[in-house]
Amino acid sequence: MNSIAQQFRHTNPAHEAFQDNDNEFFESGVDLKMAPSITVPPISQPTEFLRAHTDDASNPDCKIKIAHGTTTLAFRFKEGIIVAVDSRATAGDWIASQTVNKVIRINPFLLGTMAGGAADCQYWETWLGTQCRLHELREKERISVAAASKILGNLVYQYKGMGLSMGTMVCGFTKKEGPTIYYVDSDGSRLKGDMFCVGSGQTFAYGVLDSNYKWDLSVEDALYLGKRSILAAQHRDAYSGGSINLYHVTESGWVYHGNFDFDDTFWKVKASEGSFNNVDA
Amino acid sequence: MDIVLGIKVSDGVVIATSKAATRGISILKDTDDKTRDLSDHNLMAFTGESGDTVQFAEYIQANIQLYNMREGHELSPYAVSHFVRNTLAKSLRSRKPYQVNALLAGYDTDKKTPSLSWIDYLGTKADLPYAAHGYAAFYTLSLLDHHYRKDMTVEDGLRLLKLCNKELNTRMPIDFKGLQVKVVNKDGVKVVDGEW
Repeated sequence: MNSIAQQFRHTNPAHEAFQDNDNEFFESGVDLKMAPSITVPPISQPTEFLRAHTDDASNPDCKIKIAHGTTTLAFRFKEGIIVAVDSRATAGDWIASQTVNKVIRINPFLLGTMAGGAADCQYWETWLGTQCRLHELREKERISVAAASKILGNLVYQYKGMGLSMGTMVCGFTKKEGPTIYYVDSDGSRLKGDMFCVGSGQTFAYGVLDSNYKWDLSVEDALYLGKRSILAAQHRDAYSGGSINLYHVTESGWVYHGNFDFDDTFWKVKASEGSFNNVDA
Repeated sequence: MDIVLGIKVSDGVVIATSKAATRGISILKDTDDKTRDLSDHNLMAFTGESGDTVQFAEYIQANIQLYNMREGHELSPYAVSHFVRNTLAKSLRSRKPYQVNALLAGYDTDKKTPSLSWIDYLGTKADLPYAAHGYAAFYTLSLLDHHYRKDMTVEDGLRLLKLCNKELNTRMPIDFKGLQVKVVNKDGVKVVDGEW
């Protein structure tokens, strides 16, 4: 029966050849048991390929422009963690969006920030969310920030050299750890710390944050400092802007403190602080 | 620009690593630990490609601990250093090699001798009285050539390290946020407190 059917089957030789190659070329040889499989370009150095087609700086004619450029920050203090981010997405010189949500709510106790490739961060951090939920169902216990960040860190390390681009902070509060921040980036670094600024505007944010930070800050002052640090970066960094999203992470989970338009905030802060004197009202 | 330094003395080994974790133009952390305890009397300090370093160190650490559990006895520093060298040499010939340089400090509890191995990402292994990776070597090796004596104790080693630290602080163009110092001797691995 099969041999008869075979005679009348509509086959495309080119298609068949492609399918054969599929196994040989499209599987990277890396066994990713935890992750969904992803096809990579059929060449020896995927990074070279990606750079050739996406690196705007060395090749302005490149066809794909990846959304980049950001300022994000998170810091630990007496009352928990403050997370503040901007909302601009740029693709090359083009402002692709002014209303990007760069904080991913992994679950009611965990936040992830987004810097670098928007797609990479969005995809892998929502994926991290499902892994955290699975941990919860299996272990009947909320995942620690250390474990959650390590799942993401190990995942991106498996993809090292294949062109992932992400700089992220996994922020959370657990009974065991207290308020905790882990910095995870796509070259595989995973660092625990009290304060991180990530993205093209990181230096500007660090400038304000370092000089005004105190462990004993009140919640109100800490929220203002987070907002003010992002504002400073949005003012100086062309690739940061839009608005500010503010979060406070406490022992009972994260609390959203709203979205603040850059322009409104800038003029308000300038008037009340008497700062930004390089700009005339 | 990471600093990794090691000095072998008659009764132990002194290891120093810089505390700054740098990414691009920012120092992200000033309390970074660039060492891993492999077993009771074996310590590895490392530098190199970010991401690779910690993954490699923890892979080695896990394998050494697995050996200890299976065999119920501690691997000698000599065996550990060859295991690390072999792992790097195999990795070099793979599609994505670990770009990690390491110093291995150990104390052989059977022979009662300290051990210091310098290993680079190409799989070069050299057992030395004092060793360093990266730019730190350029500043400190001459000092160590000058002042090092074979019969020194851990106390002498720490004094010599202070001298190296002073030179690094005056001549290194960037702030490396001080050193984390560990000593490996017959009693195991210990952090040395104090201003470094």
